[in-house]
Amino acid sequence: MNYDFDWSSIPGALPFLWDGMKISLEITVTAVIFGIVWGTLLAMLRLSPVKPLAWFAAGYVNLFRSIPLVMVLLWFFLIVPQLLRSFFNLDPNTDVRLTSAMIGFALFESAYYSEIIRAGIQSVPKGQVAAASALGMSYSQAMRLVVLPQAFRNMVPLLLTQAIVLFQDTSLVYMSALADFFGAAYKVGDRDGRLVELLLFAGAVYFVLCFTLSQVVRRLQKRMATV
Amino acid sequence: MSYQWNWSIFSSPVPTGETTYLGWMLSGLQTTVTLSLCAWVMALALGSLMGVLRTVPNKWLSGLAAAYVEVFRNIPLLVQLFIWYFVLPELLPFGLGDAFKQQLNPLTQQFLSAMVCLGFFTSARVCEQVRAGINSLPRGQKNAGLALGFTLPQTYRHVLLPMAFRLVVPPLTSEFLNIFKNSAVCSTIGLLELAAQGRQLVDYTAQPYESFIAVTLLYVLINVVVMSLMRVVETKTRVPGYMGSK
Repeated sequence: MNYDFDWSSIPGALPFLWDGMKISLEITVTAVIFGIVWGTLLAMLRLSPVKPLAWFAAGYVNLFRSIPLVMVLLWFFLIVPQLLRSFFNLDPNTDVRLTSAMIGFALFESAYYSEIIRAGIQSVPKGQVAAASALGMSYSQAMRLVVLPQAFRNMVPLLLTQAIVLFQDTSLVYMSALADFFGAAYKVGDRDGRLVELLLFAGAVYFVLCFTLSQVVRRLQKRMATV
Repeated sequence: MSYQWNWSIFSSPVPTGETTYLGWMLSGLQTTVTLSLCAWVMALALGSLMGVLRTVPNKWLSGLAAAYVEVFRNIPLLVQLFIWYFVLPELLPFGLGDAFKQQLNPLTQQFLSAMVCLGFFTSARVCEQVRAGINSLPRGQKNAGLALGFTLPQTYRHVLLPMAFRLVVPPLTSEFLNIFKNSAVCSTIGLLELAAQGRQLVDYTAQPYESFIAVTLLYVLINVVVMSLMRVVETKTRVPGYMGSK
């Protein structure tokens, strides 16, 4: 091994890397919130007795689950910006990359969230719905007040695990030259000719964050399982 | 919107003239499939080994396998790929790194890095499935094997693994599908697989919709083919008497 490590370009780059991390987190949080909301709707559509709605939801979920995230992002980086600009009459120089990345991730992840949520809803015993309607609740009341609260309780660990996966996947916005955490690390490494150190540093940061979070989720799972 | 659709673009020749744009797409498809299959073989072999190690009654070995899984699961695939491609050749001892950089042609370098990266990444997931399969077997099976005078490796070889592998076929199907999708990440190091060919087509023809629709459909096609193949395998390997068998 004859490589001379030189970590000195990292301390000075920390503020820039932190800005990148903020972008990564921003995308993750938006996509998680939107993904859970839209995913819940999709799951309810898929379980609904109205066939065309169920078909739409099944088609949406299966389409997004069968194409790679990279491909979805390419669509959203090359095509959606043009659409956004022509719809909202934006100046051609407006930077819509962050918005398109957020929309892309949110739409993609909602397909995965919807599968988790569907499994969660189906894990609630049927008698609960019957009991709710016996009490005079409408379908939406039964869903909102009886089924979903229990379903979400069962799903929390899985939803969080998916959020960790999503956080890792946000590194793919590197493709759009948007400086998220990984993009920032790559840029600094490229600029200083210290790609090896910066890539290893980025890997280590991702590992520490994701490993810690997954341990928290594991502990949470154990605690909720005993209830 | 004034977009000019032009589907005949696929039959027109590429600038260098030796093939058509359709030929580019197909060569991308071929790379994606070859890469994914090679990586899958690697992932199955390594993943099974690690999955077995995670369940053996030895703290060090199972700890090692657990650490292996955590490392490959908690670093984004893109970062792993860049580390294999840009970092590892710098750190390899005995001039191996230089040999890798100077003697192999760039396409082989990209393919090898991509294969090793996808193989290791997926093996961590395969490992977890194999472990779950072994752990889902009744404890009596292992004890019975040992009571019959089998050694531990023999018990694994003749009693536990034949059963565990049949049980984990359905979850492995979804990992198999994932490896095809994950292979698209390898376009970032310049490997000309399907997604990269799609992008290249956009650069050369300025027909983004046709190109992306074609690539997206090809991925859906891969998905459908793999799923139908695996359904046959699942039916053949199903264990009678378990949930999911009829």
